Amino acid sequence: MMPSDNLTTYLIIGAFLLVIGLFGMIRHRSLIGMLISVELILAGAGVNFMAFNRFTAPDPAIGQAFTLFIMGIAAAEAAIVISLVIAVLRRYSTIDPEAVSDMQG
Amino acid sequence: MILYRYLAEAIFLGFIVLILFGSLLTVQARLLMHAVLGLAVALVGVAGLYFHLGSPFMALMQILIYVGAVCVMLVFGIMVGQTPNQAAQLRLSSHNLALGIVTCGAGFVLLTATVVRTQWVAAAQRVGDFSMQHLGESFIYRYCLAFELISVVLLTAIIGAIIIARSPQERNQS
Repeated sequence: MMPSDNLTTYLIIGAFLLVIGLFGMIRHRSLIGMLISVELILAGAGVNFMAFNRFTAPDPAIGQAFTLFIMGIAAAEAAIVISLVIAVLRRYSTIDPEAVSDMQG
Repeated sequence: MILYRYLAEAIFLGFIVLILFGSLLTVQARLLMHAVLGLAVALVGVAGLYFHLGSPFMALMQILIYVGAVCVMLVFGIMVGQTPNQAAQLRLSSHNLALGIVTCGAGFVLLTATVVRTQWVAAAQRVGDFSMQHLGESFIYRYCLAFELISVVLLTAIIGAIIIARSPQERNQS
């Protein structure tokens, strides 16, 4: 069986995208770097949905619709985070998450 | 015929290499601009996977929305937030870095072991097909409410983004 006909291949790629996104969130110490890593995690979720849609779902439209909704949510989230970054930049003159700690007491 | 099949398989492996290379570049880049470039490469690879999963429409939407819109927005955010050649502020100590690598590696191994050992069962019978027509009809009839709600969410997010990012002087004037 070819690797592209195998559900396991796609699920492993999805798991890889998830953990590499998590690692990126740990490693990047700026708000935009963390946002970039979140996009990787969302892409991994989309791969999983499309793979299950292709191999196990009874109706092939379900997974495609859900992946499209994930893309919409990702775009909305990116817009909100960019505007938050601009607001934080105006207030603190930096986008380092460690510096934005007024409420830690 | 078999030649085309192997050719498609080689292209599939090429897309996987794109994903691996792009995501590793994303987490390892010293400059944020390089991280966005790596993200774009990885997302193009994911679009190729969608193509192999029988949905060219989703592949095109992936390129249009992610590579086209989200990556451009990220580049905009980087250019506003800091100078483009500024480092991504990698200040993790080697101790914490090792802990992060071990945690993520363990998570990947556990997920992979679960995926490999599970016996996935396909649905007994399928309704509909992978065509764009069937997807469009599902959006209009079956998922009509969700489709409208996602557009409202997007509109709210964009208006909220404008309000949050306005300067305080403009906010006081209005």
